Amino acid sequence: MTQHVAAPTPAEGAEGREGREGTALDREDERLAAPPQTLTESLRASLSRARGGDLGVIPVVAGIVVIWSVFQILNPVFLSSTNLVNLAFDLVPVGMIALGIVWVLLVGQIDLSVGSVSGVSAALMATILVLDERPLVVALAASIALGVAVGWVYGQIFNRAGVPSFVVSLAGLLALLGVQLWILRGQNAINLDFDSTLVSFAQLWFVPAPLAYALTVVAAGGLLAVSASRARRRRAAGLSAPSVRYLATRSALLLVVLAFAVSYLERTRGVPWMFVFFVAVVLVMHYVLARTAFGRSVYAVGGNAEAARRAGIDVRRVYTTAFVMCSTLAALGGVLAASRLAAANQSTGTADVNLNAIAAAVIGGVSLFGGRGTAFAALLGIIVIQSISSGLTLLNLDSSFRFMVTGVVLLLAVALDSLARRSRLAHGRA
Amino acid sequence: MAVRDRDRAGIAPLLSMQGISKTFGAVSALTEIDLDVHAGEVVAIVGDNGAGKSTLVKVLAGVHPATRGRILVDGEEVTLGSPSAAQALGIATVFQDLALCENLDVTANLFLGHEIAPLALDEVAMEVRAWELLRELSARLPQLTVPVASLSGGQRQTVAIARSLLGDPRVIVLDEPTAALGVAQTAEVLNLVERLRERGLGVVMISHNMEDVRAVADRVVVLRLGRNNGEFDAQRASSEEIVAAITGASDNVVSRRSARRRPETGRIETSAEPADERGDQR
Repeated sequence: MTQHVAAPTPAEGAEGREGREGTALDREDERLAAPPQTLTESLRASLSRARGGDLGVIPVVAGIVVIWSVFQILNPVFLSSTNLVNLAFDLVPVGMIALGIVWVLLVGQIDLSVGSVSGVSAALMATILVLDERPLVVALAASIALGVAVGWVYGQIFNRAGVPSFVVSLAGLLALLGVQLWILRGQNAINLDFDSTLVSFAQLWFVPAPLAYALTVVAAGGLLAVSASRARRRRAAGLSAPSVRYLATRSALLLVVLAFAVSYLERTRGVPWMFVFFVAVVLVMHYVLARTAFGRSVYAVGGNAEAARRAGIDVRRVYTTAFVMCSTLAALGGVLAASRLAAANQSTGTADVNLNAIAAAVIGGVSLFGGRGTAFAALLGIIVIQSISSGLTLLNLDSSFRFMVTGVVLLLAVALDSLARRSRLAHGRA
Repeated sequence: MAVRDRDRAGIAPLLSMQGISKTFGAVSALTEIDLDVHAGEVVAIVGDNGAGKSTLVKVLAGVHPATRGRILVDGEEVTLGSPSAAQALGIATVFQDLALCENLDVTANLFLGHEIAPLALDEVAMEVRAWELLRELSARLPQLTVPVASLSGGQRQTVAIARSLLGDPRVIVLDEPTAALGVAQTAEVLNLVERLRERGLGVVMISHNMEDVRAVADRVVVLRLGRNNGEFDAQRASSEEIVAAITGASDNVVSRRSARRRPETGRIETSAEPADERGDQR
């Protein structure tokens, strides 16, 4: 109802702005409100979008603030540098799985077996690496190949037999759990060598401080360079573009936040390479989803599969790719989980891994109804989920509470998604 | 009464269907259909439910290849074996359900499946091209960066039509473009159809709405039970004539009803007139 700032709907009283000769191609319509020029304006614009059901990152950022505040009050260790470094390590395995979930959710499907896939992958990797004493590369390749194969099989069953992905992956959950136990050959756990590359990567390797700061500069500078060059091209083409000052402010803000985070983590151990690796994978996925024709076809299939088919998109291939991406990233997540724990055991990937990964993606803003969300959802969502887990562990609460709290958070996230969808429908944006 | 409009006999029609038949098992949905579309001409196809309009659209779109008959484009015989074959021959079809992705913005929908620079999307070029195209159509969309879900029905129809124009077609087939649209939105779409004609395209428009047909069409082709049942000059033929061809006879429930209603309304306005003169009023 109230969308007066940057509203796509005609905002009445655009105050008859005369002299539209110099207006950009996309700002000519007098029904348009003035675009946000400053940070405050763009903040207000995103608030008004949120009221229309286009939540973006608001719920997840709010969630992080609330959760961190509550746990910090309950236990002052929570926001300590040590704990945050651990958090940065711990969130990567499930975060990687959540990144895969983003793919299947975007095409409007679900994979409930990611936990089992990660468990099988961890067991396979540990077996090949430790019991068979093969090189690391072989073990990694086998795990990744397993992930690809599982996703491909899901895709074929889904495309050819039309079995709902919910059922395919539920069957996969059980079957793969069996495979995991079979691969482990009756052992409870296979321990990885503490000096091995994987375990060091997941426990000991940190980005050297100068390099970490350099990376933050590269990140902020990269954002500025990319957005400024896009703005320049838009202006050259006669389209509206955000002002250079706005872009510079935004990049500067990112620089300050990142530099502060790095300096805070540097107080103790620093920024884990594993976390940087995860962020890099998220960025690659973001590029694929947002800046390539294939990524666009993923959104199209999730929005309207029939329309995508008529536009000439190979819908089956998109579905198969989404399932393959999901289970491959789950397999990678399983390897990282085993590395973090320095062991692959019977319970790797079981219990709450599935739901944590799905919850992370949904909390991060990926819609369960398909076609909405970004790769960053996995990063932001897993920070929420892992913060809860870490906070509850610090409070010495046993896993019963963790399950209950995670269950409630998942329900809240999905309810928020459903309500947002209803609000979008009401505001004509679904 | 059926006027065969052969004014342009000299020029080969852009699209010509000759003796097209389409059978589904024992059912013949289309029998010996003839249809010519010239450049810069709007041909309306009307008919009752089950007359074969949708089948005709699907034959033109390449969704259902014809069982018998010839299709000529620019006087050369062609085969419309698949949707992409039809598109390659310059026949674009806008189906009734529009097939838009509501979660994507206008530009993304326009270029879906034909993005510029697939590995590093050139969104600037696409948006500029989209604005140019919409400006040529004098279509008024306030923004192209909003999801299609936030557009009105007429605006969505505009987006769907604009999308079909990106492939530079020569014939555009519109399936019920004004169904489910309000008065103003219908007018918007009809304006758009006129602009397509000005651009020299051949337009085939399927419609139920006689007013819309008479407002924009040059010729009206009536289908009845899968056969040609008359061709009319849209400006000269009366609605009654067309309705008669659609329903198959001049004595039918529609004409009886309109004949019954007219004297009644006449009576209210001109109560002093004698009863026997009222019947002649049109």
